[in-house]
Amino acid sequence: MVGAGGGTGLGGLLENANPLIYQRSGERPVTAGEEDDQVPDSIDDREIFDLIRSINDPEHPLTLEELNVVEQVRVKVNDKESTVAVEFTPTIPHCSMATLIGLSIKVKLIRSLPERFKMDVHITPGTHASEHAVNKQLADKERVAAALENSHLLEVVNQCLSARSQLD
Amino acid sequence: MAAAAEEALAPAGALGGLVQDYVVGQQDGLAAEVAADVKSGRCTVLQVVEALGSCLENPEPRTRGRGIQLLSQVLLQCHPLLLEKEVVHLTLFYENQLKDHHLVIPSVLQGLRALSLCDVLPPGLAVSVLKAIFQEVHVQSLTQMDRHTVYSIITNFMRTREEELKGLGADFTFGFIQVMDGEKDPRNLLVAFRIVYDLISKDYSLGPFVEELFEVTSCYFPVDFTPPPNDPHGIQREDLILSLRAVLASTPRFAEFLLPLLIEKVDSEMLSAKLDSLQTLNACCAVYGQKELKDFLPSLWASIRREVFQTSSERVEAEGLAALHSLSVCLSRSVLEADAEDLLDSFLGSILEDCRHHLCEPDMKLVWPSAKLLQAAAGASARACDRITSTVIPLLLEQFNRHSQSSQRRTILEMLLGFLKLQQKWGNEDKDEIPLSGFKAPLCSLVSLALADPSTQLQLVGIRALTILGAQRGLLSAEDLELAADYLYRLSFLKEDSQSCLAAMEASGTLATLYPTVFISHLVPRLAQELHTGDTELASGEGPSYQARRLRCLQALSAVSTHPSIVRETLPVLLQHLRRVHRGNNAEAKEVIAVCRSLHLVAGQCQQEPESCWYFHQTAVPCLLGLAVQASMPEKGLPSLGKLLLEEEVLAAMVSVISTASTHLSPELAAQSVALIVPLFLDGNISLLSENSFPNKFLPFQNSSSEQKRLVALLMAFVCSLPRNVEIPQLDRLMQELLTLSCHHDGLFSCTAAAKCFAGLLNKHPAGQQLDEFLQKAMEKVEAGLNPGPYRTQAFTLLLWVTKALVLRYHPLSSCLTERLMGLLSDAELGPAAADGFSLLMADCPDVLHRAGHAEIRIMFRQRFFTDSMPALVHGFHAAHQNVKPNYLKGLSHVLNSLPKSVLLPELPTLLSLLLEALSCTDCVVQLSTLSCLQPLLLDAPQVMSLHIDTLITKFLNLSCSPSMAVRIAALQCIYALTRLPTPVLLPYKMQVIRALAKPLDDKKRLVRREAVTARGAWFLLGSPGS
Repeated sequence: MVGAGGGTGLGGLLENANPLIYQRSGERPVTAGEEDDQVPDSIDDREIFDLIRSINDPEHPLTLEELNVVEQVRVKVNDKESTVAVEFTPTIPHCSMATLIGLSIKVKLIRSLPERFKMDVHITPGTHASEHAVNKQLADKERVAAALENSHLLEVVNQCLSARSQLD
Repeated sequence: MAAAAEEALAPAGALGGLVQDYVVGQQDGLAAEVAADVKSGRCTVLQVVEALGSCLENPEPRTRGRGIQLLSQVLLQCHPLLLEKEVVHLTLFYENQLKDHHLVIPSVLQGLRALSLCDVLPPGLAVSVLKAIFQEVHVQSLTQMDRHTVYSIITNFMRTREEELKGLGADFTFGFIQVMDGEKDPRNLLVAFRIVYDLISKDYSLGPFVEELFEVTSCYFPVDFTPPPNDPHGIQREDLILSLRAVLASTPRFAEFLLPLLIEKVDSEMLSAKLDSLQTLNACCAVYGQKELKDFLPSLWASIRREVFQTSSERVEAEGLAALHSLSVCLSRSVLEADAEDLLDSFLGSILEDCRHHLCEPDMKLVWPSAKLLQAAAGASARACDRITSTVIPLLLEQFNRHSQSSQRRTILEMLLGFLKLQQKWGNEDKDEIPLSGFKAPLCSLVSLALADPSTQLQLVGIRALTILGAQRGLLSAEDLELAADYLYRLSFLKEDSQSCLAAMEASGTLATLYPTVFISHLVPRLAQELHTGDTELASGEGPSYQARRLRCLQALSAVSTHPSIVRETLPVLLQHLRRVHRGNNAEAKEVIAVCRSLHLVAGQCQQEPESCWYFHQTAVPCLLGLAVQASMPEKGLPSLGKLLLEEEVLAAMVSVISTASTHLSPELAAQSVALIVPLFLDGNISLLSENSFPNKFLPFQNSSSEQKRLVALLMAFVCSLPRNVEIPQLDRLMQELLTLSCHHDGLFSCTAAAKCFAGLLNKHPAGQQLDEFLQKAMEKVEAGLNPGPYRTQAFTLLLWVTKALVLRYHPLSSCLTERLMGLLSDAELGPAAADGFSLLMADCPDVLHRAGHAEIRIMFRQRFFTDSMPALVHGFHAAHQNVKPNYLKGLSHVLNSLPKSVLLPELPTLLSLLLEALSCTDCVVQLSTLSCLQPLLLDAPQVMSLHIDTLITKFLNLSCSPSMAVRIAALQCIYALTRLPTPVLLPYKMQVIRALAKPLDDKKRLVRREAVTARGAWFLLGSPGS
């Protein structure tokens, strides 16, 4: 942890203006096995975590990892059975952005994982007031699809998923 | 009326006509003609004025303005020709015109600018011009360009008439303040800031206007400027920030106004304002003293502390620490008056007060920021360092003992390490007492605890701390050092954990340079013993763990050989071990290679010390040669491992030892050695070798066994590493023998070694008749060998190496040889080898023709080879038969791969059609190099690439399923780079690409999946809202 409460400049406009900020984990080091053409690498927790950790928070100029909304220990993947489960933790129990954050994670996984995977994105139990309702929305395929038809929502989600670093 | 006016204006002659056409006819180009006439002497300035005559007095301001404009244009071009008398008249005229209509003013200012450039302007006029401008012109209501002219006039005068302007006193400063007050344009601001900087730094009188001058500049702080897109002036925000900072930080007289402003801006919410303020504060500390800082220190410290404790930006933290460091430097530097309070002491006191309790908090939340602040302040001076470390070190020692977890202890030790390093930085100059000696006992016991801890991380910090304590001369006693050597010995043999082992070995190397005797008596014998016991165990057939221990031993021996006296102990141990392995029964190549690697490291460490270097050469080289010669003897009773030393890998390891041991010899000693080694190979003169009872003669160049011939590689290692000025005896004969051997039927290894040796000598040989003869013979050999027959491969290898030797030194014949090599690309048998040969031409060789071995290598040889050979390769490709086209592509790919992309970029568009064709080539090397050339092109020239979008997408998608992982990755990176192309070009392909990229998302390799995710994500965003 780096320190608490750096000013973000928007003061009272944010629900949680001074969140705790957590350190980003570094790039995953490349192992000799990963460089070997012959050895297959299975999809593991860290790989899934790497997909979602750099998603931007909808209201802070920070990533979900820096806000501790996602953590590697809350990611579970089973490559053989093609299942992924991700728990995320809103910064405060009444966070109105919870659905949007969940949607961003879900969309990122849909775009980045092979089609064979069954994905489950839900709130860490006991960390949000309307946990059940949010989970239900995120699990409903049709509602997710409908949400992405809404160009305003899609815009916010795309902003969350835009890479911070540009091509260089 | 118009006609009458024209008649009145018209003076006689050609000049009159020009003037008339300029003023009335509005033909701007004529000013240059008039100026040219003046320059060439066809007319004088006076005549121009006369020709203008009445239009300068014309009642219509536009006509007057036009007339003055012409005169100003001429003056701007011809001012060096003016005489003093003319200058006086013109100046008075222009000064007077400043009172004229506002439409005229721009032209008047231009004329004054021309006059301000005149060297003959008499004293007094500069001042009167400036006074007139200050009085008559309201500068800020002029256009940007005219304002710029005013600044130029002032700058010109300040450059040439400093003394006169200073005579104006503070009026000049005040006048300028009024001129620049309200300036908005960045171009003008850069000039204006420069003027203010000069006013201050050249000591113009500011009089009572210090605060005004500060106000008129500081109102731009912090600079908030974003250059417009496509700005032709190229002024960056950074330029303005730096020039304004130079002004603000140029004088202590601004301090009382500036410091409150800086504190206010550090406390603001804007990141850029914080950064700029901290950097400006940092700059101010270079000129400020105690007096200026005194009243603001508490606020400054409070602001910096808050930024470091609470920031979310590493840059702000870094700048805060830098500013604190500078403050501390500034206070340390200031001379104290007898009765004044020592501000440094009280300032550091308040820092300690605010930080020390954080160091003691059990949750250790703010320990790092506190330690960083303290270290920034302590790094300023010896005095600051003493003040802080004397308080902090005991505190940290106590904390270390209070915490028991390894991770916490590690954090504390790391902080302690930072303070120890600072102590080391200030050294013990003019101090009676050795620094840290008061804390020696607790520090030593703390380091022992860390080294004995099972946690690797804590061990690593402990090792670093030990190195730092050891570097403090006179601190550690002999007993302490012996204990340290024991610890390092133990750590070097820790099971599995190689990190601590490597660190321990490195530390023993560092400490050994300082205390060689301790390590000779306490570490080397134990390592030698260990190596020997390992051998005995091996003989009794023990398992792999002993082997691992022996390898560590070898590593440790080479690591500790950092001092000449230690090398004299370790080298015999290593050579002894090599002989034992050679004589032993079931040694493996790996083992011999490990010994050679250690020898190689020791040889490298000896290079800088001439005596040590000679000792190593004299001891190791004959021993290695002797063993190799012995191994090459056909002897019945000798076990199979006799041939072990002749294996390719082992010989390569020996080559690197001999080469490293020979590169740094002085010419005299090298000559001594070469006089023994060359006869050994040419005549079988074995006087050099310690063992001299061989069953057969050693004559590798004659009808000897193929084993003996292999040892030519060792000859190469020696003769090709010598400095260029060492003469090689019997060179003619040696070169001839090498040529003969290079196209021989005895195994490719010895032929190649001979060709390399020949090339290595050729490269260094001075230009002249002898070199030409060598080359001619070589070419005859090559041509004869390339004819159909059994030696084609050998002849090709010789050609390749000779070409490389010449390409490196820009020899005129190199292009001819390169052409020969390119010709072979279409050879059915040698084509593929020739293509790969281009990679050898471009690469750095480890064993011959390398810089360390004094080869003649021109730095730009790759670029030059590329420029010279590319057209021929491209042409050859188009002309070649379909079957051999890939050879050309591959050759070109090797050349392209060897050059930095920045060099290639301008050339790539001409290669584009070829590159697109190369995408269909089935060779992996070609595919990879083509993709790596196309990727930067996609980023740099999206418009050109858009034309080929269809081909690119199809080929890239195909290659993203290639069997080679590297090709898949490169193809996906190109697909990602494609998103740089204009979106409308891409949209028709969006769904196709997204669908196709679903497959690599499930690639078996993680690195491929990563690229696929990036590329697919970027394609999803194309044309989508919010991207």
